[in-house]
Amino acid sequence: MRFAIPRQDLNREAFASSIPEFNRRSDLMKTDMGYKCRITNVVNLTDQEKLFQLRIVEPQERRIFRFKPGQFIMLELPGYGDVPISISSASSNHEFLELCIRKAGHVTSALFRTDPGMHVAIRGPFGSSFPMDEMAGHHVLLVAGGLGIAPLRAPLFWINEHRDRFRDVHLLYGAKEPSQLLFSYQFDEWQTISHIRLHTIVEHADAEWKGSTGMITELFRDISIDAKNTYAIVCGPPVMFKFVCSYLDRLGIPMNRMFVSLERRMHCGMGKCCRCMVGSTFTCIDGPVFDYWSVMNLKEAI
Amino acid sequence: MIYKVIAKPEFRKFIDALVRENTSFGPRQVDTAANGNPIYQFMPVSSVEEIEFDYTATASSAKHFFLPFREELSRFSFNDSDFKQHIAYEAEPVVLIGLRACDISALNILDDVLLNGHYPSPYYLAKRKNTFVIGMDHLPLPDCFCKSLAHHTVSTGFNLFCSDIGEKYYLSINSSKAFTYLKEFQTEEPSYEDNCLLTERRKLISRSFQTEVDVTSLPSILDIEFDSPVWEKWGAKCLNCGTCAMVCPSCYCYSVEERFDIDLKGASRNRKLYSCNLVDFAVVAGGHNFRPKNGDRLKYRYYHQHRGFAENANQQICVGCNRCGRACLAGINPKDVINDLRMEKESCMICVSQSPART
Repeated sequence: MRFAIPRQDLNREAFASSIPEFNRRSDLMKTDMGYKCRITNVVNLTDQEKLFQLRIVEPQERRIFRFKPGQFIMLELPGYGDVPISISSASSNHEFLELCIRKAGHVTSALFRTDPGMHVAIRGPFGSSFPMDEMAGHHVLLVAGGLGIAPLRAPLFWINEHRDRFRDVHLLYGAKEPSQLLFSYQFDEWQTISHIRLHTIVEHADAEWKGSTGMITELFRDISIDAKNTYAIVCGPPVMFKFVCSYLDRLGIPMNRMFVSLERRMHCGMGKCCRCMVGSTFTCIDGPVFDYWSVMNLKEAI
Repeated sequence: MIYKVIAKPEFRKFIDALVRENTSFGPRQVDTAANGNPIYQFMPVSSVEEIEFDYTATASSAKHFFLPFREELSRFSFNDSDFKQHIAYEAEPVVLIGLRACDISALNILDDVLLNGHYPSPYYLAKRKNTFVIGMDHLPLPDCFCKSLAHHTVSTGFNLFCSDIGEKYYLSINSSKAFTYLKEFQTEEPSYEDNCLLTERRKLISRSFQTEVDVTSLPSILDIEFDSPVWEKWGAKCLNCGTCAMVCPSCYCYSVEERFDIDLKGASRNRKLYSCNLVDFAVVAGGHNFRPKNGDRLKYRYYHQHRGFAENANQQICVGCNRCGRACLAGINPKDVINDLRMEKESCMICVSQSPART
């Protein structure tokens, strides 16, 4: 066997047996092994959305899993697939994760049939984050449409935990119907404890609704924005981005102080499958959080 | 790099020794096209006799030895409400014989994308490490345009590269493995004449290109012409079949699918090569398609190929082999699309100053 090519076994290398550390993305080699999580609680929010609380099973993995507000994870349901989900809990919460999930496709439909005690896996965290440190010392304007409130909860928790570092914080939150307003149980907490000025609006009011009715942009009439000293985060459906961002642009908020979180189909989360490309940028590596200037430069973004 | 020359009969003995002791793949004719041209593919070979060293180009590229159409990424085994995940980066040693310079360039581009960026892929690395690549130069086909992209020569990414200089092969030895094996065969230091013959050979190859595609400042043109009607025109022809991506040596986009085992005791996570021309490439849960039109998807493929993506430092990943052009059922080929895009503006008559009126 003089001319037989020797087999090189990658499984013998250290990375193949170690636990993945997604926070160190530059040299991460073990790309497919997830952290196993136990579903500890499932909260029904609306007909279409549930809040899942997950706890990473292995203490050592729980210790290394750290994320920044705005980042996402790939949630794996073995046998069904994995999907990108933004993290909706506080980045300071090292005990469990909260994921606000809408029943939309194959994997999420299966997830809706799970009960507490079952196991799923997560990979991540992936992607860019909101620049919470850079925003300190400024007014903050958070604009959420529908499920867009989910990725905004992480920065909301952050602001609550560092309240003295931020000036006026406005949260504009719009939904189709009053019943679709998510996290309404937290509204009082946000207003009374976090001193966040909450403004809600719905497109179609029902008999009990006493608040404003219309598109989210109408809420801008009620507030005054100090454009020079404001950072804005906008999350919601693509149509909303367009109207809200161009309105804020006209108000004079600098483009590099306006952040949006984009949503695309993803199959890997690691810049390999190319499914989440926008123009020529990976939503999973360079996003999901982009400033408005970057978004303007991305073809086919919104 | 160490250079040697080897007589052709001796070279065949060397290849035979390699082929007999390793799982090997080399170019073989598998069929004849309607126009009478032979169709070659990289096929399993067990002796040197089966390899057609004088082949033109294979219909599929060599990327499938590194990125198979379907690959199992991990397995799950279930136990009540719990599961276990198993991952193994398995690859057996393989010898690939007769890759063209552009094929090897494509592998180098894949290395860049899959190994040098964030999250290097161990699945790809395992295969790349266990593959022994023997390259061979060739005279271009009439529709090859790799010279336009400077991929008609290659200097890394192979174990051994052979240039045909008549009676002998001029060997570029790029790995200690190749050097050790060659010690057992009669090779010589290249003589002055051999070096001249190599230069002649290279000049001949370079001269023989009949197709040229002007790619200067193409990334910028693609940016500016994002809404060009050219995309709609070519998109109208596109059948969304994805053949171009399958034969492309550097297309690597994929989808991940999971399926339960038939006994429901386990599940597997599989990677399948995908094509950005397939209709559901950018469909999100809920049904919204970010690229609903043929032209959008075709444009996206050209963007990826010729503008490059952030991950590969905006280099063009097309190597100019024109496999996609040959395989396309609708007759779309990169040369025509790129020229069209270029001409769209360059042939525009509106801004040409008016001819003076006749008197």
